[in-house]
Amino acid sequence: MALAIELSGVTKRFPGVVANDKVDLAVETGEIHAICGENGAGKSTLMKILFGMQNPDEGTVRVHGEEVQFSSPADAIGRGIGMVHQHFMLADQLNVLENVILGAEPLASFGRIDFKAAKKHLRKVGEAYGLDVDPHDLVESLEVGERQRVEIIKVLYRGAKILILDEPTAVLVPHEVDELFRNMRELKAAGETILFIDHKLDEVLEIADTITVLRQGRTVATVKPTAVSSGDLAEMMVGAELPTPQTSRSTVTTEVALSISGLTVLDEDNRRVVDDVDLEVRRGEIVGLAGVEGNGQTELVGAIIGTQPTASGSIRLLNVEIADQTVRKRRNAGVGYIPQDRQQEGLLLFAPLWENAALGHQTKPPFANGRWFDRFGARERTEAIRGWFDVRTPDIEVTANALSGGNQQKLIVGRELTAKPKVLIAAHPTRGIDVGAQAAVWDDIRAARAEGMGTLLISADLEELIGLSDTIVVIHKGKLTATVDPASITARQLGSYMTGTDQDLPQPTHAGKTADNRNREDSTARDNG
Amino acid sequence: MAEHDTGESHRSQAKSIVGASPLSQVLLAAAAPLGAFLFSLIASAIVLIAAGGNPLEAVADMLTHASKLEVQVSMINRATPLYISGVAAAIGFKMNLFNIGVEGQYRMAAIFAAYVGGAVVLPSVLHIGLIVLAAMVIGGLWGGLAGLLYTHRGVNEVIGTIMLNGVALGVIAWLVRRWQAEGAITEVGVGTEPIADSGLLPNLNFIPELFGDLRANEELTGVLVIAIIVGIAYYLLLNRTVFGYDLRASGLNPFAARAGGVPPRKMALTAMLLSGSVAGLVGLAEIFDKGRYDPNFVGFLGFNGIAVALLGRNNPVGIAVGALLWAFLDATSDILQVTQTAPKEIIDIMRGIILLTVVIGYEVVRRVRERTEAARTAARLAEATP
Ligand SMILES: Nc1ncnc2c1ncn2[C@@H]1O[C@H](COP(=O)(O)OP(=O)(O)OP(=O)(O)O)[C@@H](O)[C@H]1O
Ligand SMILES: [Mg+2]
Repeated sequence: MALAIELSGVTKRFPGVVANDKVDLAVETGEIHAICGENGAGKSTLMKILFGMQNPDEGTVRVHGEEVQFSSPADAIGRGIGMVHQHFMLADQLNVLENVILGAEPLASFGRIDFKAAKKHLRKVGEAYGLDVDPHDLVESLEVGERQRVEIIKVLYRGAKILILDEPTAVLVPHEVDELFRNMRELKAAGETILFIDHKLDEVLEIADTITVLRQGRTVATVKPTAVSSGDLAEMMVGAELPTPQTSRSTVTTEVALSISGLTVLDEDNRRVVDDVDLEVRRGEIVGLAGVEGNGQTELVGAIIGTQPTASGSIRLLNVEIADQTVRKRRNAGVGYIPQDRQQEGLLLFAPLWENAALGHQTKPPFANGRWFDRFGARERTEAIRGWFDVRTPDIEVTANALSGGNQQKLIVGRELTAKPKVLIAAHPTRGIDVGAQAAVWDDIRAARAEGMGTLLISADLEELIGLSDTIVVIHKGKLTATVDPASITARQLGSYMTGTDQDLPQPTHAGKTADNRNREDSTARDNG
Repeated sequence: MAEHDTGESHRSQAKSIVGASPLSQVLLAAAAPLGAFLFSLIASAIVLIAAGGNPLEAVADMLTHASKLEVQVSMINRATPLYISGVAAAIGFKMNLFNIGVEGQYRMAAIFAAYVGGAVVLPSVLHIGLIVLAAMVIGGLWGGLAGLLYTHRGVNEVIGTIMLNGVALGVIAWLVRRWQAEGAITEVGVGTEPIADSGLLPNLNFIPELFGDLRANEELTGVLVIAIIVGIAYYLLLNRTVFGYDLRASGLNPFAARAGGVPPRKMALTAMLLSGSVAGLVGLAEIFDKGRYDPNFVGFLGFNGIAVALLGRNNPVGIAVGALLWAFLDATSDILQVTQTAPKEIIDIMRGIILLTVVIGYEVVRRVRERTEAARTAARLAEATP
């Protein structure tokens, strides 16, 4: 079969690292080709080279048999290559149509933008690939799955025949993943070639036609999904067997770490995006918050952290009311925070790692010495985080944007856990982290739990939610609609609760494993009935 | 086996990458503004030739002129307020605020400070201290006002400060007449009451006098000391304090900073207050020199300060380089007028070109730096992997 893409001997060096080391890659036309590898293995870099965002230091790139040298993404787009990035690149304040045509606006006379033609073209593209979006929706108001569809359409709109998707499923809940895979199969049927990166190996095995594994910047294998198991893949990625995660036993105490009652948050239109929520997290307990994104999780988290004004309700941290305190007071009192979007709320991309490690903890040792910022202490702590959480970087002086996505995430997780919070608000803590490191992060969270940390866990990864939580509460349209026991629920059942289609399901257990020692505060369960 | 070696050597050798040869680092850092300067020389030489002038002669004039001690003193005198103004702008930039209002802030500060200084006679230290304090307070208030408009009324800081610049000019025009020294029109011209000698900061003539004799009226401004203190304080505040960390974090990523406990509004307001109070110091050199505020008070220091801050990338040493470069151009533009080897507008052309090219220069330097570091890594790895 004809090769859509052929890379040979591609090498890319950054200060202190060789991101790609003589990589060979062959992608056939019309296939779905997965790239797997640890965090920092060089996957994104390779894709950026293919998309003209980075110049390779050595090696050749062939597209449909012809050697090319891209100096910018525009060249790549000209060759029919499109890319959806690991970190979305949409303008929140523009609507879908404007985002799609941004940089490729069809012009009418006098240099005006021809919105009519654009809309027509957009509709045609959408229909051809079975992707549907409303062109007038504000991007800000879209759920992640929809945003991603917009990103994909944006690429198709420019006539891409080769699609690069960098970790497209990281932010999606299972049914959105199903939807994406359905879209991908349709794209493939329409003759598109798809290259994608994914850390969830089961997903890779499900959708890929061919899998290429990278390790430390080199191609180690190209295999067919029928010939390997996810265990094999993981082993190829890390070059060793995966660590088996600790088996967990309950460490839930009777002491309440975080107690929320009657919490209501209104949006600009006075709708109740968080609606009279009661929730309790005990010391040593992990409470999973399940829900389709956009059901009030963001606002609930914001209210706890203090970045989101609340309409009413109380938030108590170890029995101290914090609802009226500043963000800084709350964080200093022991609220740790892993934000859902690491680049937006978690990092200073253009500051060195040791300054990033201080963010949110900058007023306390080891980062501060009174009013003075302690550079020595900050560097020392950062080195510790780097070692313990295996943040792959040549140096802690590099800026955060030089880290691979998963390593940025590990830095944030490390920053929060080493600060020993009383309560950790963890939104998608392992988003973008590879399988090996994921198991390690889970172990770290469990270890902190054993020391008494209470955790509110939000995750699109339902396996993670079920595997890690002591109790799971379901949020739907701003209300907590169910409390379920993770020990007796499958991901599929949980998915049904999340979408609010739980009529035909067995009654949820109102209590988790720890029902006996609970004074039923969270009796709001199923107050939608 | 090579794979594992490589993995290890990434890390073990990383240390030395950043610490590589401090001298070459400094040279690289200075390369952008100096390169831009050279480029502007060449470009304006072409313009000169096209206009029928002789660029070599003009450059020779500029250089001989600049080699004179009194010209060097005057360069430093000009650079001093520019530097303070650059720092004031840089404080805003660090917080992602474009404080165009340094202009209005320093002028308001200057007239009030001169008025206060002229109204009292105190022991020297107190008198000078009072003038400096008044300048900072008024500058801070004027900057803080723009800050308040921004944080509490949502008025964009650019619009707010431009507007306040206009207001300041109006207020000053009125105040100058109101505070005009009695019967002074004959002797000293219109202006505020002259400040008694006790309120005038002593000059630093002893420094240039180490190198030669100064002409009778030449003085090296004492505000140079204040400028140096401002520079050091700026560096320490920004890089060594928690407050500076908060400020920079807010400027780099306001959302992340907020989640990290930095209140965005309070930060913006504080930054404007701070920027304004530093701006207030810009007019001091002139006040201490003239002993009063008059309608001919030096203008455009605020706008030039923005240019200088851009040139120096908000870095305390970089701003100093920028201020000196600007002052050099200023000082030598005078001589071109005298020798007639080139129209003095050529200096404005050069400034424009410098500002445009320095941006490119910094980008080139960044890439060169990255490339050499990557190459160095590759070489090391090649050594380490047999
Ligand atoms: N702009 C950059 N500057 C310096 N180093 C970089 C830059 N981009 C990537 N790197 C380095 O190159 C290596 C590969 O990074 P890359 O982003 O390709 O990893 P990845 O395989 O996509 O990992 P992840 O799964 O975590 O996203 C990493 O060690 C990273 O630190
Ligand atoms: Mg990546």
